[in-house]
Amino acid sequence: MKVATVFEQMLDREHVYPFMQGGPHRNIDVSHNVLLYLEGISVSFDGFRAINDLNLYINDGELRCIIGPNGAGKTTMMDIITGKTTPDSGSAWFGQSINLLALDEPAIAQAGIGRKFQKPTVFEFLSVVENLELSMEGDRGLWSIISSKLTGEQRDHLDKVADMIGLAEQRALRAGSLSHGQKQWLEIGMLLMQRPRLLLVDEPVAGMTHQEMDRTAELLISLAGEHSVVVVEHDMDFVRNLAGRDRTVTVLHQGSVLAEGTMEQVQNNRKVVEVYLGE
Amino acid sequence: MFIMNALKGDRGGQILLGVLLVLVIAVPLLNLMVPAGHALHVPTYTVTLMGKYLTLALLAVAVDLVWGYLGILTLGHAAFFALGGYAMGMYLMRQIGDRGVYGNPDLPDFMVFLNWDALPWFWSGFDQFWFAALMVLLVPGLLAFVFGALAFRSRVSGVYLSIITQALTYALMLAFFRNEMGFGGNNGLTDFKELLGFDLQSDQTRIGLFVASAVALMLGYLLCRVLMNGRLGRVCVAVRDAESRARFIGYRVENVKLGVFTVSAMLAGIAGALYVPQVGIINPGEFSPLNSIEVVVWVAVGGRATLYGAVVGALVINYAKTYFTAELPEVWLFALGGLFVLVTLLLPRGLTGLLRRKEASA
Repeated sequence: MKVATVFEQMLDREHVYPFMQGGPHRNIDVSHNVLLYLEGISVSFDGFRAINDLNLYINDGELRCIIGPNGAGKTTMMDIITGKTTPDSGSAWFGQSINLLALDEPAIAQAGIGRKFQKPTVFEFLSVVENLELSMEGDRGLWSIISSKLTGEQRDHLDKVADMIGLAEQRALRAGSLSHGQKQWLEIGMLLMQRPRLLLVDEPVAGMTHQEMDRTAELLISLAGEHSVVVVEHDMDFVRNLAGRDRTVTVLHQGSVLAEGTMEQVQNNRKVVEVYLGE
Repeated sequence: MFIMNALKGDRGGQILLGVLLVLVIAVPLLNLMVPAGHALHVPTYTVTLMGKYLTLALLAVAVDLVWGYLGILTLGHAAFFALGGYAMGMYLMRQIGDRGVYGNPDLPDFMVFLNWDALPWFWSGFDQFWFAALMVLLVPGLLAFVFGALAFRSRVSGVYLSIITQALTYALMLAFFRNEMGFGGNNGLTDFKELLGFDLQSDQTRIGLFVASAVALMLGYLLCRVLMNGRLGRVCVAVRDAESRARFIGYRVENVKLGVFTVSAMLAGIAGALYVPQVGIINPGEFSPLNSIEVVVWVAVGGRATLYGAVVGALVINYAKTYFTAELPEVWLFALGGLFVLVTLLLPRGLTGLLRRKEASA
């Protein structure tokens, strides 16, 4: 930052520094209303280009659905955002100021990005409450792990999340004894405990009944606004349900964005039809 | 009060600590007060044997901490045990003074034998008990810290980690076998005379060592229990069962592993330091990869991730070992192998799993 700009900011009575803003993850600068920038990202594994010059922008508070045939690079994209995979080229920024490519998985998680895996992954040996408690936002240093105690506010947040994911009555059960759908919800609940700004949700309704799917759609829609939510999904009915009339849907194909628009626009896009239905 | 809190809901731990407390009081009385030849008399030989078992039980608790709770199958924990033992052995060697065979007041016998004329630098300080005691903790702790930092940061896990822990202890064994290392080579350190001025051959000292071992086991058990009861225990289990999930909710898995691994190595070091004066010798054989594997078998037989299971497993198998190697020496290794196979197949939760099942159904 230039000295002149710093000086200007200091004289500007209205200027609010990002670190003065309240709430968790207050260092995220979304002054341009964009939360996630992926620009020119490419990555290849053994010569196979999994991601090819991918450009994607996620707005603050939006619910974005990402669809695409198998091998389109959806999961690899999530791996890059969460720090599991380092791209060969390109840049990934979280807000204006956080360079995701410089951070590792725990740091990215603490910066405010939560990720749900394709296969529900919860701590099976621990109870539902313990799963949620471990995911609670807060200091993750070794010493604070040993010494930390739950505050009243944290307890309330935990109860709220347990209610939200419909597992309030199963609190004391071992996560391993939950049904497949309940595990999916528990994992979403664990993400919420981190109070992330961005939720990456990989195939949340795999193996769910129709009722469960509807409830999951409701839950994800209710989360948008306060959080940005990115959903990767195969199930078209579910995506239609989520995207509604005016939310943006992105179609990935061979590692880059093929089309972007409302569900209706995307469905009528000639290139998309080709990819999905063949020549 | 604190102890009660720590053991709340831990039936096995309550029983274990109760039994140890009774032993600490009863064994000295039965040894010193009851005349020899009486049916209730506990001979000193038995007291020392029990003391030795208790130190091995502490080693098993240390292994259970990293294997049972954190899922790191360490096949090299005997290395930390042996290093603690060597630190204690070096102190005991310095205590011999001029009573060695060569009567040299400055050098241990093996150095005189090798024609060395001065004490190597790393032996300095070991004539002080406090320094040796510090080294008992620091040397294994530091090795575990450096080894763990390298291994966990590069995300070595599973079988690969087990293999390099095995390589670690094997490398140390080969190094300690060399005379030039200055640790007595093949023969190790032995012929100890006294500890803190107490004659190691006397009944009182041996009872003292037994009591110290029991107290160390109790404290070690409590420490592990307190750590695992708290949030750290749940984080460990989380790392064990779904490491990548733990990482993606923001835990630095490598730091958790490193911290617990280091604490565990220090416990193993303490166990080794108490073991050496009771058996009277420490040599490179203690680094043998087989020893480390045996500890894992004790924990598996007793029951993983329970802590008290590790104690039960260590005591049962070591008693069996003493019995079999005396009565039917050729059978012992087969019995050990068979036991491990049987327990793995029939009792996946170990011997203590049997009791817990009964408790659950009652």
